[in-house]
Amino acid sequence: MAKLILSMDNLVLKEIPLNKERTSIGRKAHNDIQIDNLAISGEHAVIVTILNDSFLEDLNSTNGTFVNGQQVKKHFLQNNDVIELGKYRLKYVNEAPALASQADFEKTMVLRPEVMRKAAEQMSGKPAEAPPAAPAADMMPPVGMAPPVAPPAAAPALPLAAIQVLTGSNAGKTLDLVKTLTTLGKPGVQVAVIARRPHGYFLTHVEGAKRPQVNGVAIDTQAHELKDHDVIELAGVKMEFFFKS
Amino acid sequence: MGAIDLSRAIEMASCSDTGQVRSHNEDSVLANARLGLAVLADGMGGYNAGEVASGMATAVLGSELEHAFADRSPHMLTDSGAPLARAVLEDVIARTNAAIFQAAQSQPQYAGMGTTLVAAQFYDNRLTVAHIGDSRLYRLRDDALTQLTRDHSLLQEQIDGGLITREQARFSQNKNLVTRALGVEPTVATELNDYDVLPGDVYLLCSDGLNDMVEDEEIALTLSALAANLPLCATQLVQMANDNGGRDNVSVILVKIKEPFPAPAAGGWWGHVKSWFR
Repeated sequence: MAKLILSMDNLVLKEIPLNKERTSIGRKAHNDIQIDNLAISGEHAVIVTILNDSFLEDLNSTNGTFVNGQQVKKHFLQNNDVIELGKYRLKYVNEAPALASQADFEKTMVLRPEVMRKAAEQMSGKPAEAPPAAPAADMMPPVGMAPPVAPPAAAPALPLAAIQVLTGSNAGKTLDLVKTLTTLGKPGVQVAVIARRPHGYFLTHVEGAKRPQVNGVAIDTQAHELKDHDVIELAGVKMEFFFKS
Repeated sequence: MGAIDLSRAIEMASCSDTGQVRSHNEDSVLANARLGLAVLADGMGGYNAGEVASGMATAVLGSELEHAFADRSPHMLTDSGAPLARAVLEDVIARTNAAIFQAAQSQPQYAGMGTTLVAAQFYDNRLTVAHIGDSRLYRLRDDALTQLTRDHSLLQEQIDGGLITREQARFSQNKNLVTRALGVEPTVATELNDYDVLPGDVYLLCSDGLNDMVEDEEIALTLSALAANLPLCATQLVQMANDNGGRDNVSVILVKIKEPFPAPAAGGWWGHVKSWFR
């Protein structure tokens, strides 16, 4: 379950589990998270939690709600986001389940009708205990939503490669293999494709009676891994594959 | 009388893989170019129950539809004015749902099993698609990729409700929740849609193991680059999902329209013969 860690001046004050559909934040006593400080509005912000996702919404507070340094009206919370209200910080922690159980966790499940109804109520933003301070009407404007921070992409360490045409009218031209797939040849006559994969570049025959040659030998039906300075020949044109840099 | 044979006009290829993380494959695919039928199901449930549910879905649907269209063409109009394909698909899916639900009720090891479903029936230069859950049908036409089905999932409802954007949906923790499934309730709401079909179109049916791992732009690029070699295109899509982590089973069926396939003229040759003797 997701939680918030409330702190001020790097001093942790308390942890708040997000176990309710709506968790309100404000200066007044009726809020779920009361922060008794004049910089905080009476009803400052609310966090709506739908199953595993939480959304932060500023309730037109005087001094605003900030996430990771940017003012937000509405924000889809991501793990380790830091919400700032005045001098107070609320860190949002929603750790992905331990790796061992991750596969199970991601398995498709059916939402039963009763759960659906609950989720629908949450989405329409008018559960029974909704305070009048947050009318349903201004609950949903999808404006000003800051894009969530992208998860760290597993950057493939594959060096960039290119092909240089050696013969024919395009001789001398080079083509960087930046796309996942680069097709070569003449459609309907002879076509091959170079697939850029995490561990290398692979040439595969696509169509045509003749198969492409690599260093003078026709490749079989399988993908053929290309090595630096391999010479490919197809549709009567020779080209060289090479790694850049 | 000879049933339909669309294998001249329609080419199909499929590929289904366990992926890089899961221990077994709960997806099931059926691709029959002769019948113009493609069915893909993504099962769920403990032990091998997911495989049982998806396997039942493709097997029952395949045989029932072949039977239903053995002596009636799917393009014929029913009393309500809709093509027979719609009524038959809905009816057969309802019966498949009952069969899976029955099995789940009577066998403790299958309790709670269910499956998503996407089924495309091609006939008379058209297609009727039935879907339940988050398995999808895409169409590539003139190099533009269009998603023809709308997921029955919590995430899709949140997108529709304006709660989160399509871009943000990629980061949601609620990805895996479908709001409809085959075999989990005594009855099921099947969504049916009809589309015209043109020569040159390429259709893709896939489980979420593909579209969760591979961006739509990459799917579009692959379909347009490799449409000339459909089996290679299918394995390439699966390979891309696996190269990106392969966190789920991944299955694809590709359907390429090579030429028009209008329904035979009313009554066919036998109709003509009969009309001479009126």
